[in-house]
Order: sequence, then C-alpha cells, then structure tokens
Amino acid sequence: MPVLAGRELRIVGFLCNWCSYGGADTAGVGRFTQPTDLRIIRVPCSGRIDPLFVVKALLGGADGVLVSGCHPRDCHYASGNFYARRRLEVLKGMLPILGLEPGRFEYTWVSASEGQRWQHVVTSFTEQIHTLGPSPIKTAFGLGMTTAMSAMPEGGKHAAA
Amino acid sequence: MQPLEDLKAAIKEALPGLDFVIGWESGWNPLLATPLFMYAPEDVDKLTWGPFNVNNPATYLSALKGKKVGVVVKGCDSRSVVQLLQEKLIRREDLTVFGMPCTGVVDATKIARKVGDLGMISGAKRTNGTLSVTTHEGSLDIPWEEAAADKCLSCQYPNAIISDHFKGDPLPPTLGRDPAAEQLAALEALAPAELFAHWKDAMDRCIRCYACRNACPMCVCRDHCIAQTRDPHWISQDDTVKEKLMFQMIHSLHLAGRCTECGECQRACPVDIPILALRRKLSSVVKNLFDYQAGVDPNAVPPLFTFQVEEAKINERGW
Repeated sequence: MPVLAGRELRIVGFLCNWCSYGGADTAGVGRFTQPTDLRIIRVPCSGRIDPLFVVKALLGGADGVLVSGCHPRDCHYASGNFYARRRLEVLKGMLPILGLEPGRFEYTWVSASEGQRWQHVVTSFTEQIHTLGPSPIKTAFGLGMTTAMSAMPEGGKHAAA
Repeated sequence: MQPLEDLKAAIKEALPGLDFVIGWESGWNPLLATPLFMYAPEDVDKLTWGPFNVNNPATYLSALKGKKVGVVVKGCDSRSVVQLLQEKLIRREDLTVFGMPCTGVVDATKIARKVGDLGMISGAKRTNGTLSVTTHEGSLDIPWEEAAADKCLSCQYPNAIISDHFKGDPLPPTLGRDPAAEQLAALEALAPAELFAHWKDAMDRCIRCYACRNACPMCVCRDHCIAQTRDPHWISQDDTVKEKLMFQMIHSLHLAGRCTECGECQRACPVDIPILALRRKLSSVVKNLFDYQAGVDPNAVPPLFTFQVEEAKINERGW
C-alpha cells in the first residue's frame, strides 16, 4: 500500500539504461519500499536527455522531473553524463524564471548496484515535490484533473469517462 | 562625419574582392534604418551610421556560406559575429568586418509609446542627450535615456570586438543603468505562481510569427527548426499558451551559452513580448556557472560544447 495513496502527484523520471534504470530495478528486486508517484522513462544515456524533455514534461503538467544517470567517470559511453551535467545544471538555473520552483527538477547519479541509494533518491525527491505541492502550471493551464480526480470518490472514473 | 566617409572609402576599396557588404540605409521611417546590401560603389554612398542602425546584420551571415561577404557592425553585432566564428558556422577568411564606435541605438517601442504611432514620424535626429522626433503635430524632444535601447545604456562593447577595418576613435564602455537587469530582478522577486501567470499573460499575445527566431543571429537551424518538424513533433499547431511558451523555451535553451544579448528577438516581436528576460536569465546562469560570456573571445569554446571532469561550480549532490 503506497504511503501517499490518494494524494499522489505526477513525477517523471528519466533514467539512463546502464546505471540508474538498473539501480531502480535492483531496488525493486530487493523489495525496498518506494513511493509510487514516479513514472520512469528509460533513455540510453543521461547525455541523451535534451533539457527540453524536462521542460516539455513540466509544461505538460508534471509536478516534478527527476533525471538520474551513471556517476561521473562511470558513464557507459565515457562522457555522456559530463555533458548532461552541464546542460541540466543550466536548465536548473533557468527554470525559476518561468515560475517553477528550482526543486521541481533535480538530477542525480545512481549506479546499477545502488538499490538503497535509489530508494533514498526517489523517496526524498517525492517528499520534496509533496512539500512544494501541485505545479503552478497545472492550475494556470487547468490541467489539475489528475489530482482533482484522485480526490473524488471512486477515483473520478465518471469524470474520466 | 569623417569616420563614416573613411568607412565608405574602405568598403569601396574592399568591394571588388567581395560578393557584397551588408550595412544599413535610411528606411521607410526616419526612425528605423533598413538593411542595405552593397554590391556596387554607388550602393556604398547610401550607407548610414548612427542611432537608427538597429538591426543586427550578423543575422544574415550563417546563411551566406561559401560567399565572400563584408559586414558593417556595431559592438553588440560583432559579438554575434564572434560567436558564429566560435561555433564554426562562418569562416573568418570569407568574412570582412567593418566597424565604427557606436553610441547607442533607439528603441522604436519606447518612442512609439510616446508619439502614439511610428507612422506619424517624419523626421528624427539625435543631438547628444536628446532625440528630437518630428511628427505632423510638431517636434518632440525625448531624453536619450528614454529613447535608447536598454542594452545601450550599460553597453560594455561599444566598439567592434573583431574588425578588419575600424574607423573613428574607440569609445569607453557606457556605465549607465541596466533596465533589463532591473526588469529581470523584478520578475525574480515574484512568487512562482505569479511569475508563471506573468508569462502566461505575456505569451497569450504571441501570434507564433517566429519573428523572434528569424531575427536571431544565433538561430541557425533554419529549415530544420524543431518548432516546425512533425517528426519529432515537439510542438503542435495549437494556438495555446502552452505551445507558445514551449517554443520560447526551445529558443532560449538552444541559445544557452550562445546568446549575445543583442536583443533582436524582443525588438522583432510585433506584439512586444518581453522575452529578453528569459535570455538574460540564461546568460546570467551561464556566467555564474562557467564564468563565460558569449561572443567575446573568438578562440573560446562555448561552455555547453565541452565539459570538465570536476566542475568547479556545480554541486550536483546538493539536494
């Protein structure tokens, strides 16, 4: 039973195939308890992540976006995460001018063996997003249906149909 | 005006070895000079220099591959040229740069707010601290600070950074107010929801004409702009604020570490959306992180084209 049942927010996670996706898998295999707000998108490398993926997710109504790749010096492709680090750091500085709290987007490194660390990352990021609450973009664009529906009895099935 | 005559002479001398030289001539409106393509010596006689040379002629350069061209630049335009050279989008040996010291250009939007309609203006003249504008109702004197483009009030590069022919005496940097920074600070002081509401409201006016993109000297994708591809389909044809804002983010992020803050995007906007704030913010982020300013050093590598194994100013585990 998820800890935050009924109060879930939407978090999009971009995870690199070689390290962080494996780390999340390790956490699952190890049956570590995790919040369920995160939806994972697997990408070949954190260097594949265009900062615009993150912007697109946030403008589309995601409450938070998490990017995770291989630790620096550990990249399967040698340098993908180094480029990613610069791009994502610039993006992180840029987002607040759009009206998004900087904490809605984070990036980090988790290796395939770090199931424990993955659990920690996903739990603390989810907590951080819950502290910030639903994204102001959802209100501004009228995209708040997911939260509104989950607050309704029967999970808003009628509204959805 | 002696330096301008010297510049014209230099252009005429260089012209036989070039396909053409880009500069400015008086436009349909005395307030706004218009781009001039000089092919023959008689075209060179039309060249103007002064507060109405607003456009950035560097915008044309990346499309002129393989041509030998000359370009007349202000200091800010020369930064765009430098940035294009840094990215190897133009070749130095194909380019001849002409420059003169610049004392600032007008902001037509500011003047339009004062006179009501730019079409009414029949004459404009700058004398030191004043811009005199003539309309059918008479003459109006506007203090230069209220007529100049914001970027000119605190211009750090009034002289061309690179040039083959520079005429006139180089000017010191202008140390005035920085209204763009003030505007950015005012925006940053807003709460996130208010700030988003500000953009939503501003972008609501956007007509998706892409003038901001087309006027930008650093937007070089041309027919491959992801705003207009269907595969991948980054933004739809929907007339919604979401799509418009997404386009601005595409434009801004594609300029990360490259934008030279010439202000052409905002100037070209037919509905005056204050989009320069997004670029300013991005430039300040890049400046803080990588100690880098775009278009200043022809030999520098733009920060997002490279990396360091240990980044001095990135604390990626800070949260």
